[in-house]
Amino acid sequence: MKKYVLKRAAISVITVFVILFLLFMLLNLMPGSPFNNQEKLSPEQIQQMKEFYGLDKPVLQRFFIYLWNMLHGDFGVSYNIQVNMPISDMVFSRLGVTLAIGLQAGILGTLIGLMLGIVAALHRRTVWDSLTTVISVLGVSLPSFVFALLLSYFLGFKYRLFPLLYNSAMPLVSTVLPTIALSMFTIASVARYTRTEMISVMASDYMMLAESKGLPRTKLIVSHVLRNTMISVITVLVPLLVNLMTGSLVVEKAFSVPGLGSLYITAIQSNDYNVVLAISFIYSVMFIAAMLLVDILYGIIDPRIRLAKE
Amino acid sequence: MSERKQILKIRDLSVSFHTANGLVRAVRGLNMDVYKGETVAIVGESGSGKSVTVKEVMGIHTPNEVIEGGSIAFTYDSGSGEKTVDLLTISPHFMQNQLKGKHIAMVFQDPMTSLDPTMTIGKQLMEGMMLHLHLSRKEAAGRAVELLQMVGISDPEKRLKNYPHQLSGGMRQRVVIAIALSCDPDLLICDEPTTALDVTIQARILQLIMDLQKKFNISVIFITHNLGVVAKVADYVNVMYAGKIIETGRTEDVFFDPRHPYTWGLLSSMPDLSGNKEDRLYTIQGNPPNLLNEIKGDAFAPRNPYALEIDFEEEPPMFKINSHHQAATWLLDPRSPKVEMPDQLRRRIEIMKREDASNGGN
Amino acid sequence: MDDSKFCLCTKEHTEEAEKEYANNSYAKEALYHFVANKGAVISVFVIVIIILLAIIAPILSPYSYKDVQSQFSNLPPRIPGLEQLGVFNGCRDGVNVYAQKSALNQYHFFGTDNLGRDIWTRVWCGTRISLLIAGAAVLIDVFIGVIYGLVSGYFGGKTDIIMQRITEVLSSLPQLVIVTLMLVVMKPGLTNIIIALMITGWINMSRIVRAQVLKYKNQEFVLAARTLGVSNRGIIFKEILPNTLGQIIITFMFSIPNAIFLEAFLAFVGLGVPAPIASLGSMINDGYKSAMTYPYMVMAPVVVLALLMLGFNLFSDGLRDAIDPQMKQT
Repeated sequence: MKKYVLKRAAISVITVFVILFLLFMLLNLMPGSPFNNQEKLSPEQIQQMKEFYGLDKPVLQRFFIYLWNMLHGDFGVSYNIQVNMPISDMVFSRLGVTLAIGLQAGILGTLIGLMLGIVAALHRRTVWDSLTTVISVLGVSLPSFVFALLLSYFLGFKYRLFPLLYNSAMPLVSTVLPTIALSMFTIASVARYTRTEMISVMASDYMMLAESKGLPRTKLIVSHVLRNTMISVITVLVPLLVNLMTGSLVVEKAFSVPGLGSLYITAIQSNDYNVVLAISFIYSVMFIAAMLLVDILYGIIDPRIRLAKE
Repeated sequence: MSERKQILKIRDLSVSFHTANGLVRAVRGLNMDVYKGETVAIVGESGSGKSVTVKEVMGIHTPNEVIEGGSIAFTYDSGSGEKTVDLLTISPHFMQNQLKGKHIAMVFQDPMTSLDPTMTIGKQLMEGMMLHLHLSRKEAAGRAVELLQMVGISDPEKRLKNYPHQLSGGMRQRVVIAIALSCDPDLLICDEPTTALDVTIQARILQLIMDLQKKFNISVIFITHNLGVVAKVADYVNVMYAGKIIETGRTEDVFFDPRHPYTWGLLSSMPDLSGNKEDRLYTIQGNPPNLLNEIKGDAFAPRNPYALEIDFEEEPPMFKINSHHQAATWLLDPRSPKVEMPDQLRRRIEIMKREDASNGGN
Repeated sequence: MDDSKFCLCTKEHTEEAEKEYANNSYAKEALYHFVANKGAVISVFVIVIIILLAIIAPILSPYSYKDVQSQFSNLPPRIPGLEQLGVFNGCRDGVNVYAQKSALNQYHFFGTDNLGRDIWTRVWCGTRISLLIAGAAVLIDVFIGVIYGLVSGYFGGKTDIIMQRITEVLSSLPQLVIVTLMLVVMKPGLTNIIIALMITGWINMSRIVRAQVLKYKNQEFVLAARTLGVSNRGIIFKEILPNTLGQIIITFMFSIPNAIFLEAFLAFVGLGVPAPIASLGSMINDGYKSAMTYPYMVMAPVVVLALLMLGFNLFSDGLRDAIDPQMKQT
């Protein structure tokens, strides 16, 4: 088990490094300079600015400088959005609200999705089952901005139950609509997957044997079905976490939430490369960390992995 | 021989399945009897309805299944005297909580998939005992160790903490047998328990089942398509074809005096070490009938080299050969021409008889 | 009972039993399962209607997708026939905006946007673009993914290990990050969006094909072909590929809605096709700003996008259940 975790962690660290390298190269090998208003600048001025930011050095050298600084918490400075503002400050002030919405949506989505999926699998071919199927098809098919639009139009605009746009004076209430919009995809996917997985577990040979022991249905479901279903559901949580990230960009824009996603969009639109690089990297690290977490979790709950080659 | 006590009596069982292509009539009017302490084998090709039959006994139903008729009378000791119930009419709840595991137990085909991969062997063994025998965790664990020892698993205390994936196929099947026997059932159903195992292990598992059956005097229904297995374990044999039993009798009746041409075919197609190498292995021509279609006459007729005209029109009844040996073929009707079993088979049976006699007729 | 029937039968009866199994072919079974799935059948009609409208509507429409008529901006939807019923009558808050702007001779089915462009025409042109981007990206994905998966799975060994490391690194980058970065570097445009979508889209396909190849490559029919001296290429394309076709089609169908969604997502974060070209995503992005005042502007592209996504998802679900009943796991 220890070996398994260490190996996973080592692979993740290497992947993070490779990805940072790829991202850095991609953004630095592109033509032109990163400065917005370069038409107005003379070649000398551009040269001066390049020297100031250290852009005159060879790419590889710049990469190691960047890596070194980054390990000390320095992601460079913004070129365009807020000139010379340290990116670490910009990012950390916005990380909180993004994580809050993401976590709320993730937890809410997983819980509701699990409930729907379990109820549907236990009551197949009933209203509950059909309801779950409809919810999961809609949730999987419709992009989060559609839900954002519907929620803000009805709950925000027509009935004024929640603020239409993010209001920093009431941060908690402001996250309600973004959280719901963001959780729809998670609800749908978790419900859908749980239902299929649970049905296949219930049809498995080992359930036939467990039933043949004459255990009451509730005991069968609690100690055999749910346990095995959960193990497989964890595997789909990774792609869902990724989707929470994509979704958070959309939802933050839709509700004007001052989070990481909206900063990313601003940086993309104003070509602020350092910010784009930093946030891309943070997203990648979160993604890899999530995968590592799931791998470890999987190792803990699945005896086939936990006890493999000890 | 003392009075035989009947514990299972299946009459006119008919089961069909709804499929995309129509209604499949998997079991068509099946009769079968099981007596206390005896082993009854059901032999037949895949798709002949063997598994469906025992799943009805075990109360394992699928949503697309229709029970068209019949009864399954099961007699057991309910603790407050003997009781007989019809397994087809009792509530699923009664089946699940009162009979399964406690009075009827089952050993499944594939030990690789029939244990819960996420639960220890010990827990899976103890679950049933704690529920039915009202044992404490400690008592159950003690009995689990005994059971594992009984089915021939070494170091049982350690094995209790193992997960299924840490055991070999043969070991897992022993565990499955231990689970089935854990609550002293009256009836044990074995659905091809050795098919998925290596040949060397097959023999040991068979021996284990036979030993345990004698030791606890339980009744066993043994499903297989392997006649070698039948000869070894069974007291009675039911030969099944296209959802019906077409020949039934004591093992020596069916093996030494087979009457149905299908049984002839089965016995002839059995590979045989002592047999003459020049003999070509016999195969039964054609395929089993498609049970989607209405079957007219004898289902085996199209493949039967000895088919009579009447076989294509009228279904043969069961003809009695002796007090327990019966076969459903028109060849036994006095009006039919005299047809003898093929010579090759006759020679084979002679050899088998001699071997049997030299083994002390056992 | 007729005693004469008790004689050995001489007629040939064996073929009857043989032919009884023949009529349930795989294709027939798959079609049966698909047609039995109501959602899937409806989705086929929805997809076909949307594609037909995307082709025909802009041709028949008197307006062009880029004609700016600022005097007729922000007109609500007005459809002949339906306007008598009190819906789609060009009224906002009880006032006929068409009469107000002296445009009573005009019918804008979905209204006009803030530049006075006909939304009906723009929505169907946008559908064309969205379908084009998704279709092109997915076709290239299939091509790359299938080849990559076949080669990686079939040759195995070192080739496989190296190829798998590459996909591992690529797939530990969130697709969103790659696509965004590619477009930041390359600048959005029709071709560049297709390239960006393509760069990550093939990974999933290659994985599925590889798994299928690994499953089939050691089966008897492949070994037989090899023993008979069939070349590697012959084995890959004639023996293995046809067996993996079902899986490839299913994956292909599922990637279409995914590509449509990614395109819409990109447009929504400002990396969509440049104006005046419209895609469903860019129209939603434009309409979003005035969604509370002129909801119809955003509703039209949202509804079409939603129907397309739903249609493709339901269609793919039905197809998967029909082609591969085991995957349904019921």
